[in-house]
Amino acid sequence: MTMEYGGVWNGCLEMNSRQVIQLEFFLEAGDFSTAGEASSQIKRILQQIGVKAETARRIAIGAYEAEMNVIIHSLGGKMRVAILPDRTDISVEDNGPGIADVKLAMQEGYSTAPDHIRDMGFGAGMGLPNMARCSDEFSITSEVGVGTKIRMVIHHP
Amino acid sequence: MKLAEVNALLCTEVLCGQENMEREIVTACGADLMSDVLVYTKEKTLLLTGLTNIQVVRTAEVGDLMGIIFVRGKRPGPEVIEMAKAKSIPLMLTELSMFDACGILHDYGIRGCVERVPRNEL
Repeated sequence: MTMEYGGVWNGCLEMNSRQVIQLEFFLEAGDFSTAGEASSQIKRILQQIGVKAETARRIAIGAYEAEMNVIIHSLGGKMRVAILPDRTDISVEDNGPGIADVKLAMQEGYSTAPDHIRDMGFGAGMGLPNMARCSDEFSITSEVGVGTKIRMVIHHP
Repeated sequence: MKLAEVNALLCTEVLCGQENMEREIVTACGADLMSDVLVYTKEKTLLLTGLTNIQVVRTAEVGDLMGIIFVRGKRPGPEVIEMAKAKSIPLMLTELSMFDACGILHDYGIRGCVERVPRNEL
């Protein structure tokens, strides 16, 4: 996983109403050793700019579920995060194989994860529904053979 | 209940985070399924688990958990302990089974994170 900072970020993590912190993380398929590192960094920044703990927790959980999904199921992808004063906007895009039946994939308990993923404590079919639960706005589109796009927006109260 | 009291009740070995033993826990969660931990836990929760991989520490970090107890004497590798140290997540180890460790904490007033989860309808 690599990360790039872009956009307007003054580095001292004090935000005014026009600022945005933009982050981009590249997620490698099957790279479980760094799975969660992006979420960890997002959470740290949210804490530093004073986002409420419960909100930062929801954002970090949603981001972690997304990271794990890309690492488990896809051929790799990236996560773009925009932290604004009033909300966090997360877009995740991966490369293949895509999801044939998105409605089915959104059902709790439905999973196509192999046994070695389940042995790690994941792949229980809770990831997508939990991302939706953590988000104020959630959308998913997927095309078989191309990839999956997910967007999560979480408002900062 | 403070982590120090939990340690006394479960005869744990502290693997890291000795300086955080004054942390208060309100609820606990016994699980080997990190997916469920991410859905059902609240903050100020202690996790008891038989899994010892790095994802357990990640789950505790994103979920704001207060600490992790490995049950059945399961000892995590040094990379897991190093990551927990870096993230200030206390790790403890007990020789008790998951059932007995959870039962003892329940006897002393610690409760689960969720009372009930509505049954799935197929």
